Amino acid sequence: MSKLSLSVGPQHPGSGHMRIILTLSGDYIIEAIPDPGYVHRGEEKLAEYRTYIQNIPHLERPVLLDATGAIFPYILAVEDLMNIIVPERAQFIRVIMAELNRIISHLYYMAIYGIFMGHSTMFMWPVGDREVFIDLANNIAGQRVSYAFLVPGGVRNDMPEIVKERAEKACNYFEKHLIEYERIFMNNPLFEKRTKGVGILSKQDAIRLGVVGPTLRASGVKSDVRKDDTYSVYDQLDFEIPVSNACDSWSRAWIHMEEMRQSMSIIRQCLKRIPAGPVKLNLKQIKVPPGESFSRVEAARGTLSYYLISDGGKVPYRVRIMTPSFRNLITIPNIMKGVMLADMPPTYWGIDYWPVEADR
Amino acid sequence: MLETSNTESTLIEREQKLAADLKSRFDDVLEITIKPKRIKIKVKLEKLLDTANYINNNLGFDHSTSVSGVDYPNSKEFEVVYHLSTYGREDIRDIVIALSTRISRDEPKTQSLISIWPSVEYSERETFEMFGIIFVGHPKLEKLLLPEDWNDIPPLRKDFKPPGR
Repeated sequence: MSKLSLSVGPQHPGSGHMRIILTLSGDYIIEAIPDPGYVHRGEEKLAEYRTYIQNIPHLERPVLLDATGAIFPYILAVEDLMNIIVPERAQFIRVIMAELNRIISHLYYMAIYGIFMGHSTMFMWPVGDREVFIDLANNIAGQRVSYAFLVPGGVRNDMPEIVKERAEKACNYFEKHLIEYERIFMNNPLFEKRTKGVGILSKQDAIRLGVVGPTLRASGVKSDVRKDDTYSVYDQLDFEIPVSNACDSWSRAWIHMEEMRQSMSIIRQCLKRIPAGPVKLNLKQIKVPPGESFSRVEAARGTLSYYLISDGGKVPYRVRIMTPSFRNLITIPNIMKGVMLADMPPTYWGIDYWPVEADR
Repeated sequence: MLETSNTESTLIEREQKLAADLKSRFDDVLEITIKPKRIKIKVKLEKLLDTANYINNNLGFDHSTSVSGVDYPNSKEFEVVYHLSTYGREDIRDIVIALSTRISRDEPKTQSLISIWPSVEYSERETFEMFGIIFVGHPKLEKLLLPEDWNDIPPLRKDFKPPGR
């Protein structure tokens, strides 16, 4: 059969601009080459012209859905260089925000998955439920999406007491609704047919290609930075790492579902154990001594790392951002091979690829 | 308090063991710095491939988390840093090794490590376009994030000034 070359994108089908160049044989994909870069903003260069504090808002921008996860490693790296220890209350608030952002990001993932499957209820429900957690984050950080909430030395402001009650209510509501998600979406024969056994990424390939996040854990590697290279107060909390050996698109969605459950458990534990006290060190100015630091956290989409070099000046000498989407880009040729063209969108979305985050 | 200091010292012990191992194997290592859970090893350019092979095969660091270029115009050098980590060895999953080498700014050329770590594919490509560093042996050293018609110097070099700055 003759081959056909097809360019998909860069006008986006629901997720930001990127292009995949496909080679088809009939209905089946035999080669897929990703072509990112349409939303590159030069964040690394920008960061070299702004002070450590000025960098916080713009470094969150590429990962709006998971702003805390995006800025967390940057803050950790700055604090590592400054050699300061953050008050415990601030550590707990940071973890609460990180987990709220994980739920918000995962809900968006489920919603767009619904779009890609042509399942409009699965778009409406998660987007609606996302509001519950966005409101909660708004209560804590004072903004709906981009908070600039984490600062070197703690968090910008304390959270109000009412959050405890509201979070409990939100979690109780959402836990019940998650069961409904399973019924109408995860166990939907249509969804299963188009994702089970589709988009296979073997365990060996996942390790070899250095894949991260839910995509890695869906390929049978039980690895999560929160456990492996623990930071903040995650070592004091009790949670599970969901892992699956199915290696397909369906199991990637399943990992996201389970992670939302774990995140709610973490938020509950944090709210129970959070001590009283200050939430910020009284730093008159941010003076970062010369040196370099490498820090990483488990953001919603996977390991997000910063390599920060300071020459002692007001602005960083070099900021290297490595985002999970950019690292998972390498899987696209693998997972697309042998997939039907009609199943390309859900397979693409399965790895939770976010072009803006990848291009930085 | 005693407990934390104990665990911290054992943590450092593992890093020291790894560093000592590397040092004994490669006696002409330029520099090794150890922090908790982080090791940085700086080698000569011609030793990069050997050291990388050893870190992969013998120490079990099976993937690279990032490849970074750093521009040092004052000493007319680029530094290339590979951050390496492991999924296979659960006991040292928290450790990150930074393998670095310096290359001349006039002739920025180094060996690609894609044959050892396939995970460097896109990071090396990005470093190529942002710094103009040529990774010999990389199968597809083309523009990745920059526009196709970019005709200025590589933008992450220190002598590239963004418009308005």
